[in-house]
Amino acid sequence: MSKPKSLFEKVWERHIVEEEGADKPAVLYIDLHLVHEVTSPQAFSELDARGLKVRRPDRTFATLDHSIPTLAPDADGNRPYVTAQAKKQVETLEANAAKNGLRLFGYDAENRGVVHVIGPEMGLTQPGFTVVCGDSHTSTHGAFGCIAFGIGTSEVGHVLATQCLAQRKPKTMRINITGALQPGVTGKDVALTVINTLGFSGGTGYALEYAGPVIEALDMEGRMTVCNLSIEAGARCGMIAPDQKTVEWLRGREYVPQGAAFDEAAAQWLTLKSDDGAVFDKEITIDGSAIEPMATWGTSPDQGAPIVRGVPVAANEDEERALKYMGFTGGEAREVEKVDVVFIGSCTNGRMADLRAAAAIMKGRKVAPGVRALIVPGSEWVRVEAEKEGLHNIFLEAGAEWRLPGCSMCIAMNGDFVLPGQLAVSTSNRNFEGRQGPGSRTVLASPATAAASAIAGHVADPRQFMQLESA
Amino acid sequence: MSNQEPVNSFSSRIVVLPEANIDTDQIIPARFLTTTTKAGLGKVAFNDWRYTADGSNKPHILNEIDPTEHRVLVAGNNLGCGSSREHAPWALMDYGFKAVISTEIADIFKSNSLKNGLLPVVVSPDIHDKLTQNPQQRVTIDLESCTLTLEDGTTVTFQVEAFARQCLLEGVDAMGWLLKRLPEIEAYEKTNGKAA
Repeated sequence: MSKPKSLFEKVWERHIVEEEGADKPAVLYIDLHLVHEVTSPQAFSELDARGLKVRRPDRTFATLDHSIPTLAPDADGNRPYVTAQAKKQVETLEANAAKNGLRLFGYDAENRGVVHVIGPEMGLTQPGFTVVCGDSHTSTHGAFGCIAFGIGTSEVGHVLATQCLAQRKPKTMRINITGALQPGVTGKDVALTVINTLGFSGGTGYALEYAGPVIEALDMEGRMTVCNLSIEAGARCGMIAPDQKTVEWLRGREYVPQGAAFDEAAAQWLTLKSDDGAVFDKEITIDGSAIEPMATWGTSPDQGAPIVRGVPVAANEDEERALKYMGFTGGEAREVEKVDVVFIGSCTNGRMADLRAAAAIMKGRKVAPGVRALIVPGSEWVRVEAEKEGLHNIFLEAGAEWRLPGCSMCIAMNGDFVLPGQLAVSTSNRNFEGRQGPGSRTVLASPATAAASAIAGHVADPRQFMQLESA
Repeated sequence: MSNQEPVNSFSSRIVVLPEANIDTDQIIPARFLTTTTKAGLGKVAFNDWRYTADGSNKPHILNEIDPTEHRVLVAGNNLGCGSSREHAPWALMDYGFKAVISTEIADIFKSNSLKNGLLPVVVSPDIHDKLTQNPQQRVTIDLESCTLTLEDGTTVTFQVEAFARQCLLEGVDAMGWLLKRLPEIEAYEKTNGKAA
């Protein structure tokens, strides 16, 4: 009998080119390298300086998402870049991709979009893969049973040049989420609860595996949201075992094997799940039945609480400082938080399921006076599908803006930003001070909560706008 | 990223930013990431802490000290959380820092720092207190022995991943180290059905 292995161990072991030792890290093979305009230019320069080309252009795919405008070009086709520098950055990636023979999902590509939305969408992301990108939310791809993590620009260069990384094996932690979610509770609420439980650095040094009936019941979009936020607890990556839902979600997508080869691959994917008796360095259990719609109240993603419980009273100096920045006193109900901006989109919550959840609440309703609501699809595919379903009309009729795909107001480097002092309810991933623009204040929440807050004009529990079946 | 100057022992005064959870968006806000080089980011290090919207100086310690005299940043717990942007260590180094000290340093930021010769030093809360209580002090950091010596003579050891330490001490180039393994990488690809 061989020793029972975890999902992480199975995938890790299959990618070891050279074992790690006391004085050297493992050489880890990377199946899929995703590249975007912001963290790649200096890595390509390094290759140039050494006279190297990208070693495996067939495993390297590039997109434009962070710096690009989400407004349409003018009549002459000029795109409204925030600065000439942003335009230059995009052109730099276009040139680097051309020089190295990389597939770039550029402006006119029907597959362009936020890197962590398009990878799974095209089936580039496949169970059992190692996936890296110069972006900390690469953990998203873990929803498919991948070891997927963010890297810095030096390491982007390493992968471009060798398709490998020098890595130490992280510890493993399984997070079991028991019970069943209450109606109106989503993957984002699960993720914010997990981060709140672990704390901002509770996952540091760990690869997380999310498991249990709540995770099994989540759709793939919800699982991606949960894995996406692993880094916000400090974890290097987060994973979920592939199951039949994973297989059916991927079937027929552009880059997965087709026909009989797909079923063969799928049979392999289903063997990746953690064996019974697999040992983790740490295990924790969270009661999923007790999770409620969550919203952050501070300036770190772990500073969240169920909306119905209001803003907590500060327990220490860090929390006091966070409340002060947010303009909250502590102890007040969330309804007193007047909202200026609502942002629905990003690699965390910019997929079809997210837009459908927001549209279900906005349908036939109006965005409250004084609230600016920005809806940004995660990809061209999402934009087109949403328009086929008429979701854009629901948003537009409610008084929201409907944009072109991109990271947009999540990272606020493309000209979409929250003004100083304004309060934004965002479906994105970080509520750091000034993250959405200098002086901006961010409340992180699910698409349903963001939509409900847009309608109510204050941070609102979405269940008041839902026709909930009795559980 | 390329061959770097070996890092070994140095002494410098510290500068203390006591805030916990200083994320990489604080170290360098995202709107400065449209650059295509690494150069000159020191002037926007902690931009929104140091400057008002119109670009004038706020009263902030990083605007008041001489960076050439203060090579060691002592920060609150969980330094460098958030985004994987390597621009954060680039900005800190261009400002003048050679080491950062905290009770906890986030994974990716630590990895990025080591690759650029910015030494991440994790210390106990007791040592951190001794540093913050005497924020004018001069410390000595020695990578060979992995020791930090405070002005009062207290010496503690710190951990640095063995390979990263070797790269820093000897100026070993991590990309070159991987490139030397191309035969093994090709063999792995062939055995595992991953050849081009």
